[in-house]
Amino acid sequence: MAEKPDAAELKDYSQAADAWFKENTVRDPGFMLPLTFMEVSTDEQFDFLREWQRKVYEAGYLGAAWPKEYGGGGLHTDFQRAATRAMKKYDAPIMLNAIGNGWAGPLILDLGSEEQKQKYIKGMLNAEDIWCQGFSEPEHGSDLGNAQLKAVKDGDGYVLNGSKIWTSLGDRAKYMILLARTDFEAENKYKGLSFFLNPMKIDGISTSRIKKLTGEYGFVQTFFTDARISADCLFGGEGNGWSMAMKTLEYERGAKVKPVGGYFVKELDVMQIVELAKNSTRNGKPLLDDPVMRDKMTQYMIDIQALNLNNTRRRMPQLMQDKPMGLPLMNKLARTELIRELTEFSLGFQGTKAGYYVGDENAVDDGYWHRSYLNSFSATIGGGTSEIQRNIVAEHALGLPKTR
Amino acid sequence: MDNLGNIGTTEEQIELMDVATNFCRDKSPVEKVRALIDDDLGYDPAIWREVGELGWLAIAIPEAHGGVGLSMAEVVPIAEQMGRNLMSTPFGTTTLAAQALLAGGTEAQQAAWLPKISEGMAATLALREDHGDWDLAHVECSGTQSGDSLTLSGKKQLVLWADSAELIIVSVKVDERLRFALIERSALPEGALRREQIIDETARSYELTLDGLSVSTDALLDVDRGREVIEKVELAAGLVHAAEMTGGAQAVIDYTLDYLKTRKQFDKIIGSYQALKHPTVNNYVEYEKARTHLYSAAHSWGEQGRGEVAVRMAAAQAHDSYSQAADRSIQFHGGFGFTHDCDAQLHRRKAIMNGALIGDAPYQRSKLAGLLFD
Ligand SMILES: Cc1cc2nc3c(=O)[nH]c(=O)nc-3n(C[C@H](O)[C@H](O)[C@H](O)COP(=O)(O)OP(=O)(O)OC[C@H]3O[C@@H](n4cnc5c(N)ncnc54)[C@H](O)[C@@H]3O)c2cc1C
Ligand SMILES: Cc1cc2nc3c(=O)[nH]c(=O)nc-3n(C[C@H](O)[C@H](O)[C@H](O)COP(=O)(O)OP(=O)(O)OC[C@H]3O[C@@H](n4cnc5c(N)ncnc54)[C@H](O)[C@@H]3O)c2cc1C
Repeated sequence: MAEKPDAAELKDYSQAADAWFKENTVRDPGFMLPLTFMEVSTDEQFDFLREWQRKVYEAGYLGAAWPKEYGGGGLHTDFQRAATRAMKKYDAPIMLNAIGNGWAGPLILDLGSEEQKQKYIKGMLNAEDIWCQGFSEPEHGSDLGNAQLKAVKDGDGYVLNGSKIWTSLGDRAKYMILLARTDFEAENKYKGLSFFLNPMKIDGISTSRIKKLTGEYGFVQTFFTDARISADCLFGGEGNGWSMAMKTLEYERGAKVKPVGGYFVKELDVMQIVELAKNSTRNGKPLLDDPVMRDKMTQYMIDIQALNLNNTRRRMPQLMQDKPMGLPLMNKLARTELIRELTEFSLGFQGTKAGYYVGDENAVDDGYWHRSYLNSFSATIGGGTSEIQRNIVAEHALGLPKTR
Repeated sequence: MDNLGNIGTTEEQIELMDVATNFCRDKSPVEKVRALIDDDLGYDPAIWREVGELGWLAIAIPEAHGGVGLSMAEVVPIAEQMGRNLMSTPFGTTTLAAQALLAGGTEAQQAAWLPKISEGMAATLALREDHGDWDLAHVECSGTQSGDSLTLSGKKQLVLWADSAELIIVSVKVDERLRFALIERSALPEGALRREQIIDETARSYELTLDGLSVSTDALLDVDRGREVIEKVELAAGLVHAAEMTGGAQAVIDYTLDYLKTRKQFDKIIGSYQALKHPTVNNYVEYEKARTHLYSAAHSWGEQGRGEVAVRMAAAQAHDSYSQAADRSIQFHGGFGFTHDCDAQLHRRKAIMNGALIGDAPYQRSKLAGLLFD
């Protein structure tokens, strides 16, 4: 589809992207900007990020490598990569519509019908249609394969009953990718599951906000009470829900569908922590003169550098021969646990000021570090907990047996 | 953090990696490693000859001196595979001696020794002393000059493979300046070498008594490049040992995995217990980080500043991950882990030895901190 990039064209595009983000990036809108799509709490945050995504898309810097006929830019991935680099360079805000662009979009582009592509892709790129993910349930989180929300075939549709929980952006979303049980007698728990592109703003579906440990909002519980959806919402066929859910994970690696671009989660810049450490004191001396803090900070620099370079190494098959699934599977675990540790470590720099929180004028960096630490658990729990990640690495990269 | 170095490979590196992977696996099965523990020499001379014939000692030596003209980056995959298969030879010390000659040798010295090393002659360095300080500039052994002869005194410790090395490069203080003297082993008096009992039974190490030994001043490396020699040797040693330890970490993790996949207790394969499974994953993650740092250090070799940061990161991460993986390997083998027959101890001991030679992980970090923060 997309041509091998013409070097001159790519260069022009990169320069234009650079100039555009330089000109248009707003880093301080006067309120706290969410660092991840799971942290969108207030209306002003939501409106700002939605507008930002629309603007980036319309400028041609999101979905640049997605097919033109559905609203993408139709370009080679290198173009999108260049645009994403420019975003990072100017520390641009995140892309809001993570579930749409990161999960549902690639799935629909890969396996959806022409009609579905026409219907859904453009609206998720311009953030008109926000998406959410209905996988976890109150009683079944890590054990996702055991999800019990009922989808009963009734005439030309399905009737949904049950509840999903921890639904990020659930109260803002127009669509949900939904994992529901269509067959209660299937030979195993996985085979009873089906996957739906589910409309949220219909009768029988309601949400209730849940306050996070930070004191903000971001996710909801979603209730389904005799909610009726049309049979076209079924995606991938009855009984194929589990394989659809697993497929969404493959897209992350960009093998089949070109990545949409941008980022949904801001990477922590360690150099900021080093700055904080350099500006902190202990016993009247610079904090980094303290041998314990010095040693720990150095270890974290080693860790961060390793994980950053791992991203490059992942694309070097010569250095990936032994356990090829190892690096890709460990990435989430290693990265999210490190961010949690690092942000926790940064609180110790602050001395007495570690006692302040967001909203107080005495808080260091407006409470950024406290907020980052508390929010870091979103990634060590959400998307499969660290313990589950360890099981995955053990079983799929190291070949150890399942725990029974 | 681009300024901390990147990662990349060369074609030659990858070719050498393929060759070394097969060679070291085929030539150094663990039964052989164990048989060599009881052997005086400590390595198989036939294999050492092959290492020479393969040109591996010539890799980082310029073509003008009979070498291949590549760099330490290409030595890395070989040292890694040797560490992985516990293959002992004077490969590391010989490579480091060549680096010392390149950093501080006169034209004549380079011309005399580098071609021989390229062809397979063993050499070593005598740098360590009784004070135990990792700082290679901390030297108490001395040389007193009279005319064109230098009389040496003091003792050097942990001189690896000294009985095999034809050339030994010794650090001494001469008139308060750090100097390096080239000593031919054939010139050593009877009893100058005492075999040391070291923690790593797969290596051989000697104490070298310098008292009574003299060398010609022609055998001294360039007076103005003492600092360069120290820096080069320290970094090259960091890189070579990081490579060995990274290979070792990989091996001990695989060895542990084999046991976890076969041993049963309470009617279950013990690898299904998360108390063993999760720490093994953690150790594996640390190993992969070490390998990433290793190939970053190889890639950054020779770059001012970055090169040192990358090597020290690689050395720190390799030492920590090798130590931890081997430590847990002993534990996860239960009663068998406590035996000499279990390979976990071979690795645990080797990790300690490596730390002793180049400075352990906390030491590497303390040096790094200066580079990163001050
Ligand atoms: C910020 C945030 C946003 C989220 N957004 C969404 C969303 O948009 N959509 C959605 O569907 N879900 C979402 N989730 C839910 C998330 O996927 C689940 O919280 C997660 O999968 C864990 O499930 P649980 O909460 O039921 O915990 P449980 O599964 O009950 O786990 C409790 C503890 O037991 C451990 N544990 C469980 N099983 C094992 C095992 N086999 N071995 C070892 N340890 C085990 C876990 O690691 C955890 O520490 C979000 C979560 C967070 C925190
Ligand atoms: C120095 C020494 C002296 C000894 N002296 C004696 C003696 O005098 N008399 C005697 O009878 N025995 C003795 N023992 C044996 C000792 O009691 C056993 O080695 C020990 O009980 C472990 O059993 P194992 O070696 O079969 O290891 P295994 O039981 O095979 O264990 C292998 C690994 O799996 C782990 N593991 C096993 N089951 C589980 C589980 N359910 N959950 C999580 N992890 C698990 C273990 O912790 C270990 O890390 C001695 C051992 C040593 C090291």
